[in-house]
Amino acid sequence: MLHMTPTILKNFFSKSATRLYPVKKREPFDNVRGELDIRIEDCIFCSSCRIKCPAACIEVDKKNKIWQIDPYICVYCGICVDHCPTKCLYFKGDYRAPVAEKAMKIEQKREETQSK
Amino acid sequence: MAPTIIPFGPQHPVLPEPLHLKITTRDEIVTEVVPQLGFVHRGLEKLADLKDYNQLVQVVERVCGICSCIHALTYAQAIEALMQVEVPQRAHLLRVIWSELHRIHSHLLWLGLLADAFGFESLFMQCWRIREKIMDVLEATAGNRVIISVNVVGGVRRDLTKEQCQWVLDVLKDVEKEFLALEKVFINDYSVEKRTRGIGVLPKEKAYELGACGPTLRGSGVAQDLRQTGYSGYGQLDFEPVVEQDGDSYARCKVRFREVLQSIDLVRQAISKLPEGGEVRVKVKGNPEGEIISRSEQPRGELLYYIKASGTKKLDRLRIRTPTFANIPPLLTMLPGEDLANVPVIVLSIDPCISCTER
Repeated sequence: MLHMTPTILKNFFSKSATRLYPVKKREPFDNVRGELDIRIEDCIFCSSCRIKCPAACIEVDKKNKIWQIDPYICVYCGICVDHCPTKCLYFKGDYRAPVAEKAMKIEQKREETQSK
Repeated sequence: MAPTIIPFGPQHPVLPEPLHLKITTRDEIVTEVVPQLGFVHRGLEKLADLKDYNQLVQVVERVCGICSCIHALTYAQAIEALMQVEVPQRAHLLRVIWSELHRIHSHLLWLGLLADAFGFESLFMQCWRIREKIMDVLEATAGNRVIISVNVVGGVRRDLTKEQCQWVLDVLKDVEKEFLALEKVFINDYSVEKRTRGIGVLPKEKAYELGACGPTLRGSGVAQDLRQTGYSGYGQLDFEPVVEQDGDSYARCKVRFREVLQSIDLVRQAISKLPEGGEVRVKVKGNPEGEIISRSEQPRGELLYYIKASGTKKLDRLRIRTPTFANIPPLLTMLPGEDLANVPVIVLSIDPCISCTER
């Protein structure tokens, strides 16, 4: 009986196992799959991310040079990052922030880079 | 007294998943149990018709979150066998490492839930506190906490550096030390024994006859562990299945408790046997063709995949049989004759995963 007592007494004198989250944040680990982002200036709009994505959350418009993602459908598997030929897709390393309204994330390549 | 019919679930505090049991009782003693399933059917098997076989890795991982890595492993090894892909040795052992980490966190979660089911709140917190360290290991090594998505057809997508291996070993040392501090509580504590010993007895013959699997079967004295078939990297590791003879909830708890220690040992063995450098993934070309059955040991028991492919990108048929499905008939024989107050503990003792079962 009372086998839990030593652990309980130890817990009185050791520091808390949890963090006061919004105040204290843990630094994300390296190479963690967080929010997906794109360096749109390097994108060639080849659509391989759209084709490989298991969740079908990416849309690519080659004509208008638009790349868009629904971050709330994304499953953070990282298949698109693996397959991107120009390595312009990357994970930010932190989770996406909570929102009140869900919206697509739309990136468009500027015209001037195209005209060069 | 006339029999009373009591509905257990679909929503019940002991289990966040929708399992409905129609329990007939007479004077608070259970006489008959009729299960009802089908509340969380998601049609994941049907998705095999719509996605290509590489994308299905992410689909099968979502059959069950807790053992996602092992689902992906089973699926990947089936496709690899169909396409005769030779997976590098290092990838096999990395798969073992992540599978065993999944087993540790699944068992710690279950031990916590068991403690919670009989009202031992602080023990529940302790188990989950230890589990958090394993989740950190998974996040740092694989990139995600639960659904780690490292397995692909042809190998694994991440590699472990030497420093990472050392860090994993250091964390496991801490985990082992903290976990062993709980040994006396789970094995010797009066209140734990009072709620689990002699409760929900499943005799050895009955367990075998009804096709129980995993810790439910091993808790009844049958030494059967699919890891012994040596799939993936398990053939290179040295271990014996954990067996207890009593067949009650206490024995199942002890099996899972000892399996955590066994898994820690297996991770250590796998890390020590990791070959130096080399590829962890081979390129796979072409499409699978033929029929295959692939089996593996999940934290809850035997997992079975049947795959039929006809040389196209999409599979013809994907059939998944999960361990909880096999453990429901044994559960129904454990319950009659028990006190109604013990039903939650017995239901939990098979480690039910209903969304797994219904896919």
